[in-house]
Amino acid sequence: MSEAKKEIRVATGDRAILPEGTKLVPIYIMGKQYKVPETMTIQKAIEYAGYQFVRSCGCRGGICGACPTVYRIAGDYKLNFCLACQTVVQENMYLTQMPFFPANRAVYDIEKVDASAETIMQLYPEVMKCVACNTCTKSCPMDIEVMEYVNAAMRGDIAKAARLSFDCIQCGLCSSRCPAQIQHFHLAQLCRRLHAKYQVPRAEHLQPRVENIKAGKFETMLKDLVAMDEDGLRKLYVAREMEPQDSHDWQPEEKQYL
Amino acid sequence: MGYTPEMLDLIKRVEASRPERLERSRKGVDFEALTLAGREEVLNKFHPDYKPDGRRDVKVGPSKGENYPDEFVDVLEARARLLVSSAELEKLTEHKTDVLVIGGGGAGTSAALMAQENGCKVVLATKLRHGDANTVMAEGGIQGASQEVDSPYYHYLDVIGGGHFTNTPELVAALTNDAPLVIEWLERLGLMFDKNPDGRLRVRHGGGTCRKRMHSSGDMTGSAIMRVLRDESRNRAADIKVIEFSAAVEILKDSQGRAGGALFYNMETEEYFVVKAKSVVIATGGYGRLHIQGFATTNHYGATADGLVMGYRAGVPLAFMHSTQYHPTGVAFPEQNIGLLITEKVRGLGANLLNIKGEQFVFEREPRDVESACIIRECMERGNGIVTATGRVGVWLDSPMIEVLEGEGAVKRELPAKHIQFMRYGIDISKVPMLVYPTLHYQNGGLTIRDNSATNVDGLFAAGEATGGVHGENRLMGNSLLDITVFGRRAGISAAAYANEYDGEVGELNMDHVDAYHKELKEAGIETDQVAPMVLPNYTREEVMEKQLTTHYQGGIRA
Repeated sequence: MSEAKKEIRVATGDRAILPEGTKLVPIYIMGKQYKVPETMTIQKAIEYAGYQFVRSCGCRGGICGACPTVYRIAGDYKLNFCLACQTVVQENMYLTQMPFFPANRAVYDIEKVDASAETIMQLYPEVMKCVACNTCTKSCPMDIEVMEYVNAAMRGDIAKAARLSFDCIQCGLCSSRCPAQIQHFHLAQLCRRLHAKYQVPRAEHLQPRVENIKAGKFETMLKDLVAMDEDGLRKLYVAREMEPQDSHDWQPEEKQYL
Repeated sequence: MGYTPEMLDLIKRVEASRPERLERSRKGVDFEALTLAGREEVLNKFHPDYKPDGRRDVKVGPSKGENYPDEFVDVLEARARLLVSSAELEKLTEHKTDVLVIGGGGAGTSAALMAQENGCKVVLATKLRHGDANTVMAEGGIQGASQEVDSPYYHYLDVIGGGHFTNTPELVAALTNDAPLVIEWLERLGLMFDKNPDGRLRVRHGGGTCRKRMHSSGDMTGSAIMRVLRDESRNRAADIKVIEFSAAVEILKDSQGRAGGALFYNMETEEYFVVKAKSVVIATGGYGRLHIQGFATTNHYGATADGLVMGYRAGVPLAFMHSTQYHPTGVAFPEQNIGLLITEKVRGLGANLLNIKGEQFVFEREPRDVESACIIRECMERGNGIVTATGRVGVWLDSPMIEVLEGEGAVKRELPAKHIQFMRYGIDISKVPMLVYPTLHYQNGGLTIRDNSATNVDGLFAAGEATGGVHGENRLMGNSLLDITVFGRRAGISAAAYANEYDGEVGELNMDHVDAYHKELKEAGIETDQVAPMVLPNYTREEVMEKQLTTHYQGGIRA
């Protein structure tokens, strides 16, 4: 068996081992050339080049919005937008990162606003200046229909704005490009909160449960469990009635702990 | 892009064995599950939590004698970045506030909101951006007994059974009691929960639940929660001051030994500054970026155990730090997605795990820890892993089986986010398998707290992944988002109560406890150049470091 064992060189953590013959390609980090392995993400290529991130790096998994990046390929007029942690380098890519972009955020009291076009106009009047150029949509690394949700918000269709903007990671690329100087991602967040709080029906079934908890209904039951020894808990654990996957109208037999 | 020709060759072996495996699957014949003794054997030999090598006893501090992973003991037994006199700390003081919250994820932001609601001025400081935290990466959901057929009582049983009955009972009671309150709080703040048209919250089962109580907001629940909490804290900016890109490097105490603030490092200007506060909340998250035993991680860039080191030096014992959750199926190819999570649902839908020969070697629905250990054994002991060009090793997860078992289009329908994620790199997981290896996912342990989030140090509170006990040795899905909100809120309320009862103003602060810790290191015979907190992981290549002739690394960062 030991013959079959190969000496495996294993990469650790986030440091990859470069295979022999890996092709290095030139990229330009803020104008300066570095040669990096062609299969790397922009984020790891920048680290490979010798940078250490203090900014522009967060989850490293495409969901936090810390690493928006702008690039052009030499010889191509087109400007491209992406997340550095999700995008593979290309030869002769000229890139810069946008760790921060100033955006005006309106302060509001969520309890004292309503889900209407008036709220939008009051908090973000610049929305009306949208020139429908669609640059925001083209710059979104999450492929969100940004202009569509801005237009929906403008019309007071807050539900649509909330739905369309749901995947927003608030990286700010849209707002950095907008000729009308709209702060799309703050507007989108406002719409989602307004929609969830004022347009979607409340979870009425939750209210009695909340009142019961506040009145201390479960305190004694939980205290008994806290005091119980492992054998007792094991018995209760094993005896739990399992709600079936398809549980329409299902009722447990044991009801005194509900 | 996509798989290399060598890998595509190996995949032919997977395809060759697939018809027979599908046939067995249709007959309901599974790969033989391990016996309890077999499980124990593979865990002891291969699971990083169980096998003795790669771990050692910590020689100093309030949990002296406990056995932890080397990488973690290394940071516990490291030296402080600096010692500063009381007079100098006074000069460095830039902010005075009621409550200082260290950490800008879900726990820290919940704490800040509740402290503010309880009448306090708050400073929330974080070393990355506000919201760059593991919170945003949680996809699955948040548990809470919101339905009539459920109650905190059953939630309690699920949590403590899932944790192998090791959990700290009073913390489980707090978690399950508050869960519906948190769901209602988030709904009130305007979180887009998945609901039925009549407003009823949609709920699902999670692994180990007896009732459906997993609430979600699409497949980005954590992100949705973080966005709302952060947005709300910005509405309260008059009382909640957020300081970003500033790493806390030490807890400071007053002459009575109470926590009275923290020392911070501005990573850009390289200046230090002090925030004085009547009470302090540590909400700094976990330690995935220590890459225990070289494992890749699902964690965000800042998960370097800073709060654990600071809290430990301040005198807070650790709980359950021997226990780490390795998710069996992290991405091993392509390199761009390394360590990212592949949900258990893939195996639940029927995909087999296969070695380089295209053979099954493990039952696909063993408990997480056992499954991980079996994959490690197959690769490391038996040498049956597939080694990638970037030095990763892994086994195949045969997702195309799902297309046959569940019907064409099932992969795209059931795993939309994963399908897109791999398609970006030219891999269609409905046609070719994924390469996977266990990944460091969650720190079960942390600072010891009581059910009001208080530590044993006066004025010092902690919440979230930085704490240990609530999940025992194993956390159920959907209880981490719950943990951070429940105990974040409790920490905020408790820290506010402490600050509101505080007599007078915060006096002169000192680092005597750090000095004493250094002496303890010396007495234990520990000589080290290592500095902690790490602040950030160091991913600089050796070839680059060799040429950095005048660069110093303090912890993980250059200084």
